[in-house]
Amino acid sequence: MNEERRRVFISGNEATAEGGIAGGCRHFFGYPITPQNKIPEYMAEHLPPIGGVYLQAESEVAAINMVYGASSAGARVMTTSSSPGIALMQEGLSYMLGSELPAVIVNMVRGGPGLGNVAVAQSDYWLSTRGAGHGDGRCITLTPYSVQELHNFTAGAFEIADRYQNIVMVLGDAILATMMEPCELIPRREMEPPGRPYAVGPHEAGERERNIVNSLWVDFDAMEAVNIRNEERYARAAAEITDWEEFGSDDPQVLLCAYGISARLCEGAVMRAEEAGVRLRLLRPKTVFPFPTVPIREWSERVDAMLVVELSMGQFVEDVRLAVEGRCPVDLLSRAGGNMPTVSEVLAKVREVAAKAGVAV
Amino acid sequence: MREELFMAGLGGQGVNLAGQLVGRAGMDAGLNVSWFPIYSPEVRGGSSTCTIVLSDGRVGSPTSEHPSSMVLMDTSSAECFAGNLAEGGLLIVNSSLIRHVPVSEGCRLIEIPANQIAAEIGNDRTVNMALIGAWAAGTGALTVDDVARSLREMLPERHHVHMPDNQLALERGAQIAREAD
Repeated sequence: MNEERRRVFISGNEATAEGGIAGGCRHFFGYPITPQNKIPEYMAEHLPPIGGVYLQAESEVAAINMVYGASSAGARVMTTSSSPGIALMQEGLSYMLGSELPAVIVNMVRGGPGLGNVAVAQSDYWLSTRGAGHGDGRCITLTPYSVQELHNFTAGAFEIADRYQNIVMVLGDAILATMMEPCELIPRREMEPPGRPYAVGPHEAGERERNIVNSLWVDFDAMEAVNIRNEERYARAAAEITDWEEFGSDDPQVLLCAYGISARLCEGAVMRAEEAGVRLRLLRPKTVFPFPTVPIREWSERVDAMLVVELSMGQFVEDVRLAVEGRCPVDLLSRAGGNMPTVSEVLAKVREVAAKAGVAV
Repeated sequence: MREELFMAGLGGQGVNLAGQLVGRAGMDAGLNVSWFPIYSPEVRGGSSTCTIVLSDGRVGSPTSEHPSSMVLMDTSSAECFAGNLAEGGLLIVNSSLIRHVPVSEGCRLIEIPANQIAAEIGNDRTVNMALIGAWAAGTGALTVDDVARSLREMLPERHHVHMPDNQLALERGAQIAREAD
């Protein structure tokens, strides 16, 4: 892109909100919860002056159903929340997947289960990649690891949601939400006319058929057809948008796997890899559903061991193990509740994992 | 070049605003930066800390185990955090409040009577600027002019009236740091 992009020093929350606007979102419904309150605050300030809608709902349950309604009407719509709030939205997410509607949901993950705390955590991995309420639906899940990526991924999420007519979840955390970094802003897009053939709206003039948005499929075959269409979406998404970044040694002995803020810690570990005396590489998924199964499988045939670092007791590690299928040992370094491993602790674990795998350290 | 600055003080002392300023000034100077805060819910009086990483390469981890420089603004912060300083690091303390701080061998200590400087300027809210001025001069990571320029950019117009006071505090802090070296 040739246009001049303004570089600003902003928080992850602000970058996310501006990313939504840049992505064409003009409808935001939400309910406050720490650590993402700066997002609704930003939307409340910036959406109305450009003709958008900002509405604070009476609860997360109401907010997600407003998102459902706006998406049914063809609007580019988003909501944001944090873990317990996303839990409350599960029914609405499921209904939207059953109705095959696009929307962008941002989760700035905090400690749990329960009300938990407001500190950093990555314990909503299953909620995002397996959750979305009951039924066979899944959320396409993006995992930014910087303020810039929160901005870019949120902006891009609307295109992905539209392309697959599916919910896209942007999975952040309490640190990414509150930390500030330089961010090049994507120019705001003009509000687009809905132009969505499935959307409800005026039809009496006869220019098109009446549309019904529905997630109740009493007929077995009709229900199965939705399930099959969704599976086809996910297969297409796996082929088209699976994304990851790698950093470090071209001939690694140990492969680090981490996403989001944990990938930042691991990046720090790769930068100090000589301290561990182990050739180290980081593979960090930018999408976790679809999951970068292929590159992880390929590395599993070339490295002595893998180490997964995540801020939960072990959720993401299961997808890594499914990709590896026992080809190499996969170890886990986890902290929870707002605690994080230090870079030195990551390196110490790398040494341990390497020694166990028979790498001369 | 990589500088990891840790700042700590009490809510209300301007720890995080000063940290954001360093981050912003680093960005304006063309560096990669991150600013990462941890603070308690109290508006005044709770513990307030932040970590700023400035680098001409990747930032990597926005947290720091052993910061290369520290600015500590009150007694409890000095007690809690001074020991984390990296070998050969620079410790800057607000000596108006911190009477004693343990300094590891090989580390540099610069004492800035920041509350006193602010009182002399006649603007209590410049305490943090005196310390940041000392940090800039002490580390050489950014110039005082860099910081002042970015502060003007960061401040809303209505606060530009305070620029001369802030600039004075930055320069007084920097001057003491230069003399200490």
